[in-house]
Amino acid sequence: MTWAAILLTSVGCYLLKVAGLLVPQRWLEQPMVARVAARLPVALLAALAAVQTFADGTRLVVDARIAGVAVAVVALLLRAPFLVVVGVAAATAAAVRALQG
Amino acid sequence: MTSDGVTVEELPWEQVRAPVVRAAVSVGVATGAYGLSFGALATASGLSVTQACALSVLTFSGGSQFALIGVLGGGGSIVSGSASAVLLGARNMLYGARLAVPLRVTGWRRALAAHLVIDESTAVALASEDRGVRAARLGFWATGVAVFVLWNLSTLIGAVAGTAIGDPRDYGLDAAVPAAFIALVAPRLRTLPTWLTAAAAAAVALAVVPVVPAGVPVLLAALVPVFAVLVFKEREQ
Repeated sequence: MTWAAILLTSVGCYLLKVAGLLVPQRWLEQPMVARVAARLPVALLAALAAVQTFADGTRLVVDARIAGVAVAVVALLLRAPFLVVVGVAAATAAAVRALQG
Repeated sequence: MTSDGVTVEELPWEQVRAPVVRAAVSVGVATGAYGLSFGALATASGLSVTQACALSVLTFSGGSQFALIGVLGGGGSIVSGSASAVLLGARNMLYGARLAVPLRVTGWRRALAAHLVIDESTAVALASEDRGVRAARLGFWATGVAVFVLWNLSTLIGAVAGTAIGDPRDYGLDAAVPAAFIALVAPRLRTLPTWLTAAAAAAVALAVVPVVPAGVPVLLAALVPVFAVLVFKEREQ
């Protein structure tokens, strides 16, 4: 029965993904839609960053992630390269967790 | 130079390619490592190693996979488990619609690309878009393939080794992923309207986290640009 759930989930998730790619180009090139699309990357990236910093399932929590992200923002302001930004975020969060024991 | 309607700075392709690949690989490593957690949790929830791996290969959507094993492990029904997993994947449809124009894929490439439409591939593709459509496509495919390979490899390791390997959070990888997204959005925050869009989208997403299922907050944050376009329609024209 677990296999039925696996297949049902996989088919459902795939159909959603492919449905997005199948939206007619004509429709996406409408001026209003194009203007929304132009603003969408900033909104999606900001929302993903916020949710992945503060959400734990359906709860909002403040944990070691915020320390890592804060140090990453400082690194960004200091114009550190992408890999350094990501690296210091991980190292900081890991250090905070280790200190919390 | 313009290509497919996107303004592109005149830069040699080598200089465009390198940062996109670096972003793809680091996001791939940070996200892919979560397959360890998924594999370990899946077998702890009663799935076999084969079933855990099949779910990672076939569903390839982290949030949906965690949701399914959460419901099944808690004794929930197949229908409710699958339904919540598919609902979590609803934002991928929005991603696909947004990616359709820059990717411009048809036939078997579209069928393949669809499988790789996830948070991370979309994030790197859209963040690379201002360097041209070619950079956006590279960002999508490189991130999608990197996450796919690492996610499935680490699912297998996690499923076989169980909880012995430890939690990716011990290595701070749960902070690495949002840090990567912030690094991706930062270059776009040059004007007041983009700052307002980012702040409003983050605020909307966080505000609804406690009241909607996981995965839906990012979908609702997409209403911010819709609202902005409708409200500021007059002013822009």
